[in-house]
Amino acid sequence: MNLVKNAVAAAAASLLLGGTVQAGTLADVQSAGHVKCGISTGVPGFAFTDDKGDWQGFDPAVCKAVAAAIFGDTSAVKYTTTTGKTRFTALASGEVDMLARNTTWTFSRDTDLKLDFVGVNYYDGQGFLIPAELGVSSAKDLDGASVCIQTGTTTELNLADFFRTNGISYEAVPIETNSEGQANYEAGRCDVYTTDASGLAATRSALEDPSAHALMPEIISKEPLGPLVRHGDSEWADIIRWTLNAMITAEELGVTSANVDKMATGTDNPEINRLLGSEGDLGAMIGLDKAWAWRAIKMVGNYGEVFEQFIGKDTPIGLDRGINAQWTDGGLLYSPPFR
Amino acid sequence: MAHTLEQSGLPPVKPPKSSFSLGKLWTDKKSRGIIIQVIAMALFCAVVVYLAGNVVENFQKLGKPFGFGFLKQESNYDINQTLIQYNSQSSHARAAAVGIINTLLIAVCGIILATVLGFILGVLRLSKNVLVNKLTYCYIEFIRNVPVLVHILFMYGLMVHALPHPKQAIVVKETFFLSNRGFYMPQPLFQPLFWLVVAAFVIGIVFAFWYRRSARIKQAATGEQSPVFWVMLASIVGLPILAYVLSGMPINWEYPTQSRFNLKGGMAIKPEFMALWLALSMYTAAFIAEIVRAGIVAVDHGQSEAAMALGLPRKRTMNLVVIPQAMRVIIPPLTSQYLNITKNSSLAIAIGYMDIVATIGGISLNQTGREMECMIIVLALYLFFSLTISFFMNWYNKRIALVER
Repeated sequence: MNLVKNAVAAAAASLLLGGTVQAGTLADVQSAGHVKCGISTGVPGFAFTDDKGDWQGFDPAVCKAVAAAIFGDTSAVKYTTTTGKTRFTALASGEVDMLARNTTWTFSRDTDLKLDFVGVNYYDGQGFLIPAELGVSSAKDLDGASVCIQTGTTTELNLADFFRTNGISYEAVPIETNSEGQANYEAGRCDVYTTDASGLAATRSALEDPSAHALMPEIISKEPLGPLVRHGDSEWADIIRWTLNAMITAEELGVTSANVDKMATGTDNPEINRLLGSEGDLGAMIGLDKAWAWRAIKMVGNYGEVFEQFIGKDTPIGLDRGINAQWTDGGLLYSPPFR
Repeated sequence: MAHTLEQSGLPPVKPPKSSFSLGKLWTDKKSRGIIIQVIAMALFCAVVVYLAGNVVENFQKLGKPFGFGFLKQESNYDINQTLIQYNSQSSHARAAAVGIINTLLIAVCGIILATVLGFILGVLRLSKNVLVNKLTYCYIEFIRNVPVLVHILFMYGLMVHALPHPKQAIVVKETFFLSNRGFYMPQPLFQPLFWLVVAAFVIGIVFAFWYRRSARIKQAATGEQSPVFWVMLASIVGLPILAYVLSGMPINWEYPTQSRFNLKGGMAIKPEFMALWLALSMYTAAFIAEIVRAGIVAVDHGQSEAAMALGLPRKRTMNLVVIPQAMRVIIPPLTSQYLNITKNSSLAIAIGYMDIVATIGGISLNQTGREMECMIIVLALYLFFSLTISFFMNWYNKRIALVER
């Protein structure tokens, strides 16, 4: 009856806090018994269904980690696929509790759209995919090209800016989903497909002959992708933020799904001890128990493990860690300390 | 001669004194009807107020402001088919205007093609030739029993996958190019003297209608017939052509040419437009065909027999007796088909044709996060289009309705 207790406690807590407007997502999630997670309609490596029909990939891994932290069960997630257009409405209306799909953190989304980005799980940038036979070496030579572009995305706006500032013309071919974009690109409805470079690498891997297609050298934007929640429930945002941070910190400290059990019994490193709950009680501060991070790492893995499993060097996607390496390795991943 | 009651010497009949009681309000049929209607209206208003309040409350909870100020901001996105000047620096309002024009374009083109196809199919469906009749029957039944969205997606698939890449485009005389990027044709560039042609065209129309009217008056007075069709054709088509030639052909043509990626120059009909146009027209034409058939069958056989007995030839029997009567049956259901084509055009979203739903109701909505405002705009626009079509068709229906003499 731990669940009920937690729910009651959370409800009581939210009452005590003066009933903030949308507080209580955690309580709702706990009483429902699952996390409602919005994901993309499918990008190889980032979100795909396995042969059992379960969602897997770099983005659903965040949902699974959150479910593991709260429930100790990675299957306690109800996935809702969303397109670039439907995602924010789905989140704002409460159809999903969080979004974990390649969504760019921008000023207006964070403020005007009343969303809260809780971190970055992939530092990306917008690129161009083009058939090698066209012999185009720079995106600035794309004058007059037809470009497939997902509507409702930041890439759509970057694209317009890029072509306008370079004084070249193009035909925008609007598409809704990545698979639609791939189909139109393969059929030759457009010369170029543009989206986040990671998505392009993923799409390229799914083409019939990946070597016949090239990613252009230009990256025309910053696309920090990360999970997000509704504005106004900081307690819920904290849980997602720190679950992601736990995965990143775990990699930094060398905690993996393989050795986490051993480390949870206590190590010489106090931060590992705090993270895994053998020292202090960080979990209670976010409404969970001591072992929340231990469960997330045990069941899903640390950031590096998830990266290598779904999109890393040994997968068909074959992405380098690049700027997504730990700060200790010269990358941008830098989790605030667990203290 | 009318006599009043007083004049006839009888005492006036007084209405029985009504003793008012609340119960009577309910037992009386008339007042009960009013009471029920008032209650129903009040409930309806309460629901509307509740829903509106709910919306306002939710907006406040989210901390989202409500307003249409965003329409003036730059849209920051590009649209591939624009009939008016537009670029990514234009406002959201202008993007909406582009969408409105694209919706109207597809609606008008769709209505025209669907009507033409529908009337042809409807007449073919009545053919005594068994092959023609059955083939039309199969076509109509196939088309109208498949959802229109499937038709649209199928057409689009056909356009994009079956047609060749621009590099291998089907070329007719280096002038017309057909590829999966669209149908390219020369674009007219009007020279200053072109106004003469426009003027000739306007004059031609005015003259043609004046001539038709006077021919009718003449026929009514003397029974003499004039070659109305040929004169109208000559003045509406011939006169502008004459003006065009005499003013030194003031149109230059810009021909499409192959370029690195695409065809450059000329005018292009995009595959998205073609797919949507053909699919919507074919689908609606199947329904219109049945409406036309019903209309023609509805005219009593005795009517055409009577006309024949009067010695009217078959063609005139059709034009003067059968069709005018059939139209009365055809117009009302035809109106709803026109409304359907307009509303179904919103399925354009499925293939990326940039209509209202895709521009203001899609990209603008998404980039600004103003769901409520954008949806209100889209709703109001569709309502306006539909009511306009409905109004026009009702006016036309009244005009051709049976006038009792």
